[in-house]
Amino acid sequence: MTPSDLDPGAEDDGPSLVRPYALVRGRTRSGTTDALPVEAIIVSDADVDGPSLALERQAIVRLCQRPHSVAEVSALLNVPVGVIRVLVADLAGEGFVHVNLPLGPRADGSVDRVLLERVLAGLEAM
Amino acid sequence: MRDDVAGAMPVKLVVCGGYGSGKTTFVGAISEIVPITTEAPLTEMSLGVDDGTGTTKTATTVALDFGRISLDSGLVLYLFGLSGQPRFRFSWAEVTKGAIGAVVLVDSRRLDGFASVDFCEARSIPFVVAVNRFDGSLSHTLDAVREALVLDARSRADAKGTLISLTLHALSTAI
Repeated sequence: MTPSDLDPGAEDDGPSLVRPYALVRGRTRSGTTDALPVEAIIVSDADVDGPSLALERQAIVRLCQRPHSVAEVSALLNVPVGVIRVLVADLAGEGFVHVNLPLGPRADGSVDRVLLERVLAGLEAM
Repeated sequence: MRDDVAGAMPVKLVVCGGYGSGKTTFVGAISEIVPITTEAPLTEMSLGVDDGTGTTKTATTVALDFGRISLDSGLVLYLFGLSGQPRFRFSWAEVTKGAIGAVVLVDSRRLDGFASVDFCEARSIPFVVAVNRFDGSLSHTLDAVREALVLDARSRADAKGTLISLTLHALSTAI
């Protein structure tokens, strides 16, 4: 059984009466991957009119024709961050979107100087 | 967002501080998008918990509150405001994970940013303290807050200057 088998409303266009967490079958993770950071940027790889995806999955692919962060997708689609994370990870695994992970501190907590200098240059140019 | 950022990488800064210290205003002053905020009115019950003394705020941030700045064609800065109320501190660790720095906003009338400072110090997150002078007033002398920046959270120039100060501080501690 795949997630799409359980997507509510796959057979009709009516409003969903299903609670958000049912969309992901109560999962908080997709597979074994770590939870996506709220600032991770999602970009669609699929043609909007291509795959027949249900509801929120289709909405994510459509919205992310232009890149949006996990937090933005959650706010714009009015779906909790925890649910968006799982749906996005599923979509990425299936090749519909890709995820740009943040450039952040290294494992030891230190931050790359080159990255900080780019941030500084960007801020100063505002 | 510009269309040329399909390959852009995100970086994150967080804005923390006490209840009503101006976090949402600060993010709104510098974000290129209208900050996406979920706010709920305080209930009667929570009014008994929040020490709203001296503030006129009628709603408080109970969810993620963020803005965005496109720094260059390959880099997008996200600013996340952390809810100031103790009952939402459970979300701080998750939202700050991966942040390259933090702004601790302090209400000049209350100087109440200690929890935020403790939080950043415990996690070795580079931070600057910025005192928000509401309506031009500064209730404490600068001697008392001399380690802090003073800003007007409504001012884009002040918000920009604060982020530059933070980045310079982070650079000074970077390897």
